[in-house]
Amino acid sequence: MFEYAPAPESRDVVDIKPSYRLFIGGEWVDSRGEERHKTVNPATEEALAEIAWATEEDVDRAVGAARQAFGAWSRTPGSERAKYLFRIARIIQERSRELAVLESLDNGKPIRESRDVDLPLVAAHFFYHAGWADKLGYAGYGPDPRPLGVAGQVIPWNFPLLMLAWKIAPALACGNTVVLKPAETTPLTALLFAEICRQADLPPGVVNIVTGAGETGAALVGHPGVDKVAFTGSTEVGRLIARSVAGSGKKVTLELGGKAANIVFDDAALDQAVEGVVNGIFFNQGHVCCAGSRLLVQESIADDLLDALKRRLATLRLGDPLDKNTDIGAINSAAQLARIRRLSDLGEAEGAERWSPVCPLPERGFWFPPTIFTGVAQSHRIAREEVFGPVLSVLTFRTPAEAVEKANNTPFGLSAGVWTEKGSRILWMADRLRAGVVWANTFNRFDPASPFGGYKESGYGREGGRHGLEAYLDV
Amino acid sequence: MTIPLAGVATSNAALRNLLHGLPGVDRVGADQRAAMLGTRSIKTTAKAEGIDLAIRMVDLTTLEGADTPGKVRAMCAKAARPDPGDPSVPKVAAVCVYPDLVARAVSALGGSGVKVASVATAFPSGRSSPEVKVAETAFAVAAGADEIDMVIDRGAFLTGDYLKVFEEIAAVKEACARPGDGRDAHLKVILETGELATYDNVRRASWLAMLAGGDFVKTSTGKVQPAATLPVTLIMLEAVRDFLAATGRKVGVKPAGGIRTTKDALKMLVLVNETVGDGWLDPGWFRLGASSLLNDLLMQRQKLATGRYAGPDYFTLD
Repeated sequence: MFEYAPAPESRDVVDIKPSYRLFIGGEWVDSRGEERHKTVNPATEEALAEIAWATEEDVDRAVGAARQAFGAWSRTPGSERAKYLFRIARIIQERSRELAVLESLDNGKPIRESRDVDLPLVAAHFFYHAGWADKLGYAGYGPDPRPLGVAGQVIPWNFPLLMLAWKIAPALACGNTVVLKPAETTPLTALLFAEICRQADLPPGVVNIVTGAGETGAALVGHPGVDKVAFTGSTEVGRLIARSVAGSGKKVTLELGGKAANIVFDDAALDQAVEGVVNGIFFNQGHVCCAGSRLLVQESIADDLLDALKRRLATLRLGDPLDKNTDIGAINSAAQLARIRRLSDLGEAEGAERWSPVCPLPERGFWFPPTIFTGVAQSHRIAREEVFGPVLSVLTFRTPAEAVEKANNTPFGLSAGVWTEKGSRILWMADRLRAGVVWANTFNRFDPASPFGGYKESGYGREGGRHGLEAYLDV
Repeated sequence: MTIPLAGVATSNAALRNLLHGLPGVDRVGADQRAAMLGTRSIKTTAKAEGIDLAIRMVDLTTLEGADTPGKVRAMCAKAARPDPGDPSVPKVAAVCVYPDLVARAVSALGGSGVKVASVATAFPSGRSSPEVKVAETAFAVAAGADEIDMVIDRGAFLTGDYLKVFEEIAAVKEACARPGDGRDAHLKVILETGELATYDNVRRASWLAMLAGGDFVKTSTGKVQPAATLPVTLIMLEAVRDFLAATGRKVGVKPAGGIRTTKDALKMLVLVNETVGDGWLDPGWFRLGASSLLNDLLMQRQKLATGRYAGPDYFTLD
């Protein structure tokens, strides 16, 4: 075997401070509370930095700063707001290596993905929305649509900087100001983004970043001064948020969990379908809300596809996220690892057959090998619950109608994939699949111009594209 | 994959059924996969190992109208000892020349262990009669060629006359035989993928060449662009992998044309490593057809060992 020597990306490009304060009104300020927590590198369990957990009072200050900035920012002409967004986008590109390394350190995702997927998409999101800022009158929401005010935004740990971009870019383009809470396990790139806002001379208070956990998030979405709540995360938390803002008049978008079906027909391009299945569930360690966690394969090619899939999984390289040749990085936290283990053990207990390639795991850090379950039934919990890890459930079907029925038979509806060389079947399936995104002969492809969002328990509202602007406009 | 092979070579219809029944290739997906493998970072010890392996896989090639016996002799000296100052550099796999220069190459290489390959069958266009193609092959084999690099009739392939392509390959394969001493010339079948238009066709042509008896499938003549791209090589590797599984017969792969740098060569090795694995990481099963690649490999090898680049005049031009 041709063994690749270690090829680690240097972490010298990032400068992590021992501790971070809150970013409010364009300044770094101390939290009024005492609580501070360490954010760790999940690949080594090494503590990276200490962060403040913002209190209700801190959140109130941040919302106040955002409110104060809103007047001037919302009156700033779109063409001027665009300049700030373009500037931020360019700085992100210039500092992309630094951001990518920091993202991999804090999140555990392979540098290949943070470098080649996350960062280019982050920059693209700011560029795209910069373009909208002076054209909102042509977006189909009236001649002069108005911003909403202060947006309270809570984002998850799976794509920390990308989710920040999805939230902040459209909000600012539409003339809103924001208070954003990154996830407690992955706050570092958001804090570096705060520096970038200063570097871009963004007016103070337009972007405020408060770090913390669930209580900080609850304080933010529950704050009466917030006009708009945007959340990406689990369905469980999404439910709590929907309940807390009900009747408050706040506009809400929720982008929640998923249990996407990746449907492979017998006439699919087999080698590319295998790649698509791998990319669908093992991209970002399966920490993807739209991950193709259920493989639905037509019975006539099930054995061939599974053989090919297993052969392919044996070549996946798990290890140091900063190694440029790593395909599978670390699980983001001990808690998430415990959840993946629990659901996988449950899968075995329920009678599904578990398979993983030979895959030595590092001794320190949080790791889980790429795993396939075969013989899975619709009634198994691994086929119904979101694992949010590198665990694929394989089911079979006989007819296109059965594929649709099984794919839709889930409380979620975020995404789906269809693999066939027959164009008419793609259209037939896309008409019937109840999912916000249907990928055809590809999977996990994102573009700022394409709206993203779910059906059913996967949430409501869309992010990206013309549709995504609606969430940040008073329409 | 279960593929019924009995009696396929009896009619165009039977061949068509088989070739068009192979799983399709999605261009976007294949390009993406090849591009992703192209990002692998091969450094330090892996690079040293890869460079030596790549040198051992080179088919050092000169295929010009202006080729002379002197030029071929010089190239053969380089093939047997790529770096006169460093005996640790391995020799290349083979030299590749036109048929009339085979005898020269054979005598120049003597017992060096470097094989002599010859293009044949009205290279590069393949536009001649079957009789001429077979005769040309027989001529090169008689002159001592160890390997024959034939071109397929792309016109026939693209019009769907698969049987004609099949029969020509089979006839050339027969002409590669050396009855008696058992040292049959190995047959490499050049698909000229730059003229096949689709990736589906690359997969079909690979299977057709393998079914007809080719020992190697080779991307290109080097006279047509694009030549040995990563996605095309990937698809051919998938084809030999699947063919082995279906028939039990192992076939080699040779990308040729446009592989100029060490980086290009290492990307090819990564493709082999992660598509078909160990079994093909050997000059017996994977070759790199190239003319200018060797000097870049030597330069990078020296840089790795000494930490410095030597000027181009420290590498021989042959």
